[in-house]
Amino acid sequence: MSDYVIEMVGITKKFPGIIANDNITLQLKKGEIHALLGENGAGKSTLMSILFGLYQPDAGVIKKDGKVVRIDNPNDANRLHIGMVHQHFKLVEVFTVLENIILGAEQTKNGILQKRDARNKVLALCDQYGLQVEPDALIEEIGVGMQQRVEILKMLFRDNEILIFDEPTAVLTPQEIDELMNSMRGFAREGKSILFITHKLNEIMAVADRVTVLRKGKGIGTVNVADTTVDELAEMMVGRKVSFETKKTDRRAGEAKLRVQNLFVAGRNNGKDKVTNVSFSVRGGEIVGIAGIDGNGQTELVQALTGLMPVSRGHVYIGDAEVTHATVRQHNNLGLSHIPEDRHKHGLVLDYTLGENLVLKDYFEPQYQRGGFLRFDEIYRHADALIDAFDIRSGQGANTVARSMSGGNQQKAIVARELALSPDVLIAVQPTRGLDVGAIEYIHQQIIAARDSGRAVLLVSLELDEVMNLSDRILVIHDGEIVAEVDAHYATAQELGLYMSGASKQQANLESGVEA
Amino acid sequence: MKMTKTRQTHSKRGLISLLASLLSIAIGLLVGFALLNVLNANHAVNGFGKILTTGFATSEKFAKVLYQAMPLILCGLSVAFAFKTGLFNIGAAGQYTMGAFSALAVAIALQQPWYIALLAAALGGALLGAIPGICKALFNVNEVITSIMFNWITMYAVNLTINNMPIMLTNFWSRSSIKDRTAPLADANPSAMLPKGGLDTLMNSNYINIGIFIAVLVAIIMWVVLQKTVLGYELKACGYNRHASQYAGINAKRNIVLSMVISGALAGLGGGLYYLSGTGQYTLVKVLLGMGFNGIPVALLASSNPLGVIFSALFVSYIQVGGDALQPHFIKENIDIIIASIIYLSAFALLLKGWIAKLLLRSSTVKDNPELAEALGAEESGVSEGNADTEPPVRGAEKEDAQ
Repeated sequence: MSDYVIEMVGITKKFPGIIANDNITLQLKKGEIHALLGENGAGKSTLMSILFGLYQPDAGVIKKDGKVVRIDNPNDANRLHIGMVHQHFKLVEVFTVLENIILGAEQTKNGILQKRDARNKVLALCDQYGLQVEPDALIEEIGVGMQQRVEILKMLFRDNEILIFDEPTAVLTPQEIDELMNSMRGFAREGKSILFITHKLNEIMAVADRVTVLRKGKGIGTVNVADTTVDELAEMMVGRKVSFETKKTDRRAGEAKLRVQNLFVAGRNNGKDKVTNVSFSVRGGEIVGIAGIDGNGQTELVQALTGLMPVSRGHVYIGDAEVTHATVRQHNNLGLSHIPEDRHKHGLVLDYTLGENLVLKDYFEPQYQRGGFLRFDEIYRHADALIDAFDIRSGQGANTVARSMSGGNQQKAIVARELALSPDVLIAVQPTRGLDVGAIEYIHQQIIAARDSGRAVLLVSLELDEVMNLSDRILVIHDGEIVAEVDAHYATAQELGLYMSGASKQQANLESGVEA
Repeated sequence: MKMTKTRQTHSKRGLISLLASLLSIAIGLLVGFALLNVLNANHAVNGFGKILTTGFATSEKFAKVLYQAMPLILCGLSVAFAFKTGLFNIGAAGQYTMGAFSALAVAIALQQPWYIALLAAALGGALLGAIPGICKALFNVNEVITSIMFNWITMYAVNLTINNMPIMLTNFWSRSSIKDRTAPLADANPSAMLPKGGLDTLMNSNYINIGIFIAVLVAIIMWVVLQKTVLGYELKACGYNRHASQYAGINAKRNIVLSMVISGALAGLGGGLYYLSGTGQYTLVKVLLGMGFNGIPVALLASSNPLGVIFSALFVSYIQVGGDALQPHFIKENIDIIIASIIYLSAFALLLKGWIAKLLLRSSTVKDNPELAEALGAEESGVSEGNADTEPPVRGAEKEDAQ
């Protein structure tokens, strides 16, 4: 019997033009929590996709309990009791919790679904591990935290012994993260083995036994968490010393440049208000952060502020101009820039070149067109200037098709385009989602520079650390309402977490006195 | 340095498209040959030769190829232009019919010259194209459904109208008793016939006129519009990614309507060109004209490139002319099946492109060439445009991770 339940030995996987995994070895002991640490593009996802049967390695072997196995597809992985909670949940929105858990592993009798045994098993698992779910609730009605528990129960229901968690904490509040970590410890005690993919060092320190670090496709090493420090791990991950402090000078706020008064926004699906009676203003030279759990109205708020969604009631002003019902272009022309939440959906036309994408908001200006014909020489000159200024890296400079660029550089391109418009107001939504440490540092610097040059910045992010590090003031949104306003200087993660979960909404209102 | 690099990438991407188109044609021809064997084995080889050679056999036959290619180019452009902007205009048949009617009404009933009639044709098609466009923009009704319905509505409406306009019919202008088709332009209004520019004597054919040049010119204009203009930039942005174009402040609704209007005008112009040649009369039968539908394989075969449409239309027309020469050894219906098989299989180009790209990706030449790989990656994912909204598949996500 081998010491390891899973061994991935000498795994190499090449993609055209890149080696995603270069001779990586990963050994998972029974009953341990093993973190896999690396920046975006380090090869974590590739390695896990190989283990889960989505890719075949070009070289190397996978061993289960010391025996070489072949994993051709996720069904093979399942047979070997390997389960995975994906970063983006794979749930059927209109099915109940129970239906989602048994999906693909249904027990039938004469072709008829037998749910009772399944229900009992699920309830037993819930009890055993302290996972709270409502078996008969529809997925679309439950929160993200419970959805994640459903994903976990899917693995437990299939008696999986090796549990892979892909960036599981990204969508959770600090309190939920604590709960998840307790659950993970519970699984490990029961003898299950856990692979925990993350780029958050404090989580590793909190819960993991050992950690394997990847960098640029290579395995840098495996260390015991007890024998290492955050700084050491960071250096292994990035390859140089990293500072986690975001340096910024004191705020010198000026006039209000973005004002929101009693804003209501109806949701797209059922017309229910997703944003209720929201009022705030952002002054030049300050960063106002909006903290909240995903799906609490942030998306609707931002889309209403930028003209992408209609406002039901209330008023929005940019400077002195009312833009409540203005078109997107009117917003833009009044000096609004917007780093969108989803860079692929909104931020870029992926089939356009980088150069074409960099003029996406001002291609119609006389600078870039003459008599209805685009001036490609000017467009590409502009692009080359931004590529230099913002260090955007791509295969063929301005001629690179945006789709083929890395996420970090795509995001840099968007930031470059939006800042090059010299906006009065910058709305940045999840500006560093999925980026590596270097790119995050850079984009944070740019946002702070924008604030220091007198722009009003509204930062909306699900990453609490990001909101706390960058903001001057923090507004907490819950269920479409601003439930608290706190000075970023004095805010703690625990306090914000409470507001975010809505637990102390009344209390929050009393304490901070936010009444529109 | 930068320029040459781009050109290389572009030419490689173009190469894949061309390769896919040629391979599709080869498959289409093979299936056609097999069908010939099944239907009449004795004349299969001979017949296959006829399909392949007739178009070039005489200048008269070649004139016929050009003549039929003319409306095909425009219908192909119509479909291709809509594709480029993210819309599927399956209503080219109706818009083509509307164009034909508008041209003939202006030419015969109003006695106007050919260029006015052509304008009317484009206008008629544009109006009809606007309807699905408006429905899509304002009410989010799928353009495929509306344009299919309008194919039928148009056909019946046009037939009804012509039936009730005695001046349009053959028996009004000559002593014949024929009243199920429009009058020949030679009788009704010779000035409405497209000028032949001496081509008829040169090629010894009554079919040829300057229409083919108009068609080619329009194709070039469409290419310029899409590649070089602000309008093309906006339209393509809407087609590639509606959300991003809205985010950029582009008026997506206006562009949807505009795109359908242009698409309809192109198909309408095709109908105008065909019936203003003077060799065809619009017949009052309850059948949708196939020309508009043939625009779909033409556009697919050309990967929606306006310049490619010229060649794919010529190819389809060439095969059709070759097919006509199969008589009397094959009956008309069988010929239609054979020709249709060749044409429709040829439109597999789009599917094959992804396949060829994958095949090339495995070969070592591509492996050493990340540029080409990128180009292929872009092409591949371009095919599955419908996925744009949904979460990227693991593979797509991985691509980002890997780079």
